[in-house]
Amino acid sequence: MAAELRDYIAVYNREWGLTSDTTDAFVAFDSVQKSYDGETLVVKDLNLSIGKGEFLTMLGPSGSGKTTCLMMLAGFETATHGEITLAGKPINNIPPHKRGIGMVFQNYALFPHMTVAENLAFPLEVRKIGRSEREEKIARALDMVQMGAFGGRRPAQLSGGQQQRIALARALVFEPELVLMDEPLGALDKQLRETLQFEITNLAHELGITTVYVTHDQTEALTMSDRVAVFDDGRIQQLAAPDQLYEQPQNSFVAQFIGENNTLMGTVSKIEGGVAEVTLDGGEVIDTVPVNVSQVGERTLVSIRPERVEFNKDRLHPDAHTLKAEVKEFIYMGDIYRTRLSVAGNEDFIIKTRNAPDQRRLNPGEMIEIGWRPEDCRALDA
Amino acid sequence: MSGLPPYASTGQRAWYYGFRVICGLIFFFLMAPILVIIPLSFNAQDFFTFTPEMLRLDPAGYSLQHYEDFFTNPDWQQALSNSVRIAPAATVLSVVLGTLAAIGLSQSHVPFKGAIMAILISPMIVPLIISAAGMYFFYSRVGLQGTYLGVVLAHAALGIPFVIITVTATLVGFDRSLTRASASLGANPVTTFFKVQMPLILPGVISGGLFAFITSFDEVVVVLFVGSAGQKTLPWQMFTGLRDQISPTILAVATILVVISVALLTVVELLRRRSERLRGMSPG
Repeated sequence: MAAELRDYIAVYNREWGLTSDTTDAFVAFDSVQKSYDGETLVVKDLNLSIGKGEFLTMLGPSGSGKTTCLMMLAGFETATHGEITLAGKPINNIPPHKRGIGMVFQNYALFPHMTVAENLAFPLEVRKIGRSEREEKIARALDMVQMGAFGGRRPAQLSGGQQQRIALARALVFEPELVLMDEPLGALDKQLRETLQFEITNLAHELGITTVYVTHDQTEALTMSDRVAVFDDGRIQQLAAPDQLYEQPQNSFVAQFIGENNTLMGTVSKIEGGVAEVTLDGGEVIDTVPVNVSQVGERTLVSIRPERVEFNKDRLHPDAHTLKAEVKEFIYMGDIYRTRLSVAGNEDFIIKTRNAPDQRRLNPGEMIEIGWRPEDCRALDA
Repeated sequence: MSGLPPYASTGQRAWYYGFRVICGLIFFFLMAPILVIIPLSFNAQDFFTFTPEMLRLDPAGYSLQHYEDFFTNPDWQQALSNSVRIAPAATVLSVVLGTLAAIGLSQSHVPFKGAIMAILISPMIVPLIISAAGMYFFYSRVGLQGTYLGVVLAHAALGIPFVIITVTATLVGFDRSLTRASASLGANPVTTFFKVQMPLILPGVISGGLFAFITSFDEVVVVLFVGSAGQKTLPWQMFTGLRDQISPTILAVATILVVISVALLTVVELLRRRSERLRGMSPG
């Protein structure tokens, strides 16, 4: 079984252009566990391989173990069990200052008593790099984050976004091969966050640095990452590329945590040819993709993305199952229309439609029929 | 300090002015005994009172003779040199040990933190005479009684609580992620301490050191017990002066000590403000 699974993962990774083979992984967690009190495990049996140059995001709610994983990689926490390797070498017994890993903190952690240039010089001085080379590297790093003119300022004289740019430059100035980022954009406003998301991803790819990024913001995770590891309850719930994570969630936690999601409860009534027929609690029957249901009679949570729901009959497959729905509320959001429906006992069934010239606005009280492609509708664990 | 808002009631008005009067009285109560010795120290007579000439502001009523006595009398000079040797040594010791203790106690994994803290602070709480008597018996046993080192150690024990308290207070505002950042940038714990942590807690270290210095410089009870004639400090000499001869030279010395204390406090406060402004911790 285990061998089968490994083969499956290998094939799967090759198809998606991902490396998961522990032998050539740049960073690897091997059955890592962490407990603070000796009783409850914050991280439970973590296995994760990160390829060289990859941008991997650890995403999850607070208390899911993602930050603990990052801290273990940085060396500020020790794994209770298991091994972490960096470039093939175990690092469990290497103190943080000898790991050579760059790190960006949520609160910037710039040294307030030093100027920007002194902050950047710090890792270079520690490494005994000569003055001229140091200055050259500092100038290059500051230019990289478009802060070339700010070398003489003190951190307190800079805005939050500028401080985080400096923190980024400081984490990169000593040319580490691995950079860790712990919710670096958490304290910034939305617009700045989007600009910096873009800049960070570009920089990481240009410099070819391996990046491990921790966030609880799923948009950030989807837009920035090569792969996302969704954490919950100390385990990785799913590790996949953003599009796959969004479109093919492996369990109901991932489906509900990533993006907006409609759920319907039901029981599997038939599984045939890769399609599971689900009888909803209200008696309606729909076709779904069986993801982690395998038996008839099993309870299931059916998940459909709001933008994949269709109410225009012309666009639906002729023999697709449809459901009756009552329009409850219409919300105009500019680029999209967001409509709340009552479907099969679910009062919070959301559909999203693009604000296009030919798009119809639904009115509250209206009765409509909705449907979707069976492959967009996934039967997950209840 | 914009004064009263226009909607203030009579009661609020009364309190507004009453509060200022109370504050003024408190300051007067605290400062008058200190301020009054300053003119008295310029007395031309050997008295502790204002002479009629002084009250008439007649220059003949004033003189610097007591200051002259202080700077020429070998007893006073011996006491001054003892104080100047003991206080800085005790201060350095207090600062080093107190800072290390405060940093150690701020770590989350230290067991019995409360108990250790209480023991270290106890010299500040226990009546001085009890500490002094205890030190006397202990130091006699180990051969420290009546030695220069003994007095320095005793004064350091009295100064350490001040350093621990002020440094602990600055450590509360110290961002732990700075030490992590420093480690991630490749600095070992020692470099991190001297380059990152120390500069940031320096204001607390300096004010603790100042308190420790003043404690040692003003201390009379412990030195009477632990010291011998060879370690006679300024306060001790003042104490004997009061008992034996009531010489107004004491007033001159007291004035000099007040001036030194005020100057020290001012300098340190200015330095502290400057460093805080530099690192942008306060808008001033």
